[in-house]
Amino acid sequence: MILHHLPVLEIVIPLLTAPVVVIFRRTRIAWGLAMLALWASFAIAGRLLFEVLANGPVSYDMGNWASPYGIVYRVDALSAFMAVFVSTIGAVVLTFAPRSVTDEIPEDRRYLFYALYLLSVTGALGISITGDLFNLFVFLEISALSSYSLVALGRDRRALTASFRYLVMGTAGATFILIGIGLLYMMTGSLNMLDVARLLPEATAPRTLFVAFAFLTVGVALKMALFPLHLWLPNAYTYAPSVVSAFLAATATKVAIYVFLRLTFTVFGPAFAFGTVHVQALLLPLSLLAIYTASTVAIFQTDMKRMLAYSSLAQIGYMVLGISFATVTGLTGGIVHLMNHALIKGGLFLATGCLVLRLGSSEMDALRGAGRRMPWTMMAWVVGGLGLIGVPATAGFVSKWYLVLGAVERHGWPVAVLVLLSSLLALAYVWRVVEIAYFQPVPEGAPPVREAPLSMLIPTWILIGTSLVLGVWTQLSAGVAHRAAVMLLGGWR
Amino acid sequence: MILGLYNYWIVIVLMMIGFYIVMSRGNLIRKVIGLSVFQNSVFLLYLSMGKVRGGTAPILGDFKVYSHPLPSVLILTAIVVGVATSAVALAVIVRIREAYGTIEEDEIEEQDAAT
Repeated sequence: MILHHLPVLEIVIPLLTAPVVVIFRRTRIAWGLAMLALWASFAIAGRLLFEVLANGPVSYDMGNWASPYGIVYRVDALSAFMAVFVSTIGAVVLTFAPRSVTDEIPEDRRYLFYALYLLSVTGALGISITGDLFNLFVFLEISALSSYSLVALGRDRRALTASFRYLVMGTAGATFILIGIGLLYMMTGSLNMLDVARLLPEATAPRTLFVAFAFLTVGVALKMALFPLHLWLPNAYTYAPSVVSAFLAATATKVAIYVFLRLTFTVFGPAFAFGTVHVQALLLPLSLLAIYTASTVAIFQTDMKRMLAYSSLAQIGYMVLGISFATVTGLTGGIVHLMNHALIKGGLFLATGCLVLRLGSSEMDALRGAGRRMPWTMMAWVVGGLGLIGVPATAGFVSKWYLVLGAVERHGWPVAVLVLLSSLLALAYVWRVVEIAYFQPVPEGAPPVREAPLSMLIPTWILIGTSLVLGVWTQLSAGVAHRAAVMLLGGWR
Repeated sequence: MILGLYNYWIVIVLMMIGFYIVMSRGNLIRKVIGLSVFQNSVFLLYLSMGKVRGGTAPILGDFKVYSHPLPSVLILTAIVVGVATSAVALAVIVRIREAYGTIEEDEIEEQDAAT
């Protein structure tokens, strides 16, 4: 009975906890309730994933309205995979949050932070499992609006301008998506993704279809911060509170990539997107540009959070690169990198959060000698950094491996060599931090610094440790990603 | 044919006006206004596609022709989203004004560059 309602509980629990948190107005109660809600979501998502892997996709008709008319939640291998990783990151980052929030957010806003955070997670989870196009837009806006407010909670006043810019570009993206959905609805009279896919007049390919595809692609590219539509991202991640940076970096853009996969493969179908429109001719050069420019810019940053933000832009490039191959191997690489990078970058931002708590700043200068003063935090940072480079036995290696294989399969050696060479840029920016933290002396007269509290170190190490486990034991990540890729391509090519 | 689709022309003109305001104005309030115009043009697009000439709302009673109600329902939701977006944007602008003492983009950038 309750098992049947899992897909909707996944969303409703965090959604309804948010207003309850606001009613109580107490930071501790807020955190406690949020913890309960998000760990419950995590358990449900895990249960759903097992269900889907064992018995195939799960459908849930909202309010018992039959499928093409009502809103349907549809959980297949890819959605379950997304829901699991969004709720994992959401729950772990929340566990980390209290100390960092106490340090960075004024007391009267803390309970609001937890409410917004719950809404943001709800939005991301909703996007992952909905099977309805308009519902997708609504969840996109729930997660986006709460993210704008979360970014504006940052200590620096530049957080406000960053939030405003994020809002303007995010809304433009969402409106583009709304136009695209409207045009699809115009052609098919349906909003159910599978129904739309069935009814789309692909054979005659009217101009409306191309226009819809263009609006949706540009809108989603804005949301996922694909180069050159990434301008909102660096400031937003730099000036947001550490906890928010960690959550957004790990989920917000990844969820947008999921939307792109869902629309391109499930709704339009790979034959239209890659066979008729040749979207790969756009994605391939843009993703390579993203990887190279963003990695290069990252090397020259003086603020660690900003450096990680630029590194995120490069990693988005890798994911889109994998998608642009439109082969099982390439897609597996792209999807598995979604998960791996979320864990790695989430862990890195959490470690940075620990450093900010103890050192009071995320500037590189403050970091001098941190390797000896906060050994466990820095070790987590370095392991995460190795993952970004893609050193064997880290999760980053698994995704790079699939990406390189996919590149060779699809374009021969040139693209594969470019992917491998780009790792050197990652090595350069990670090494800079290692050099400053381990080989430079502690600045004279610096106040003594203790290791970060366990309540923050443990969640950080959970994310970093999981990324190591997935680097060695690839069944759960690459295995599921492979199934999702096969399903998305659906026999095309 | 082209004149018959005049509401779509209005949609596109409004959309471009809104988008242009967002990109060209430095005043943050004007940007929000532009953004609202841009969003509202899309609402018109949805309403236009559901409209049937001479059709009424499908409420119980005497009617033969009725317009498709679903786009209107969708747009009710989208209007709520639009209002929420404007509200958040205006709230952020209030805080920007408190922190910087101005809502002109170039003056804010000057202040940021100075620090």
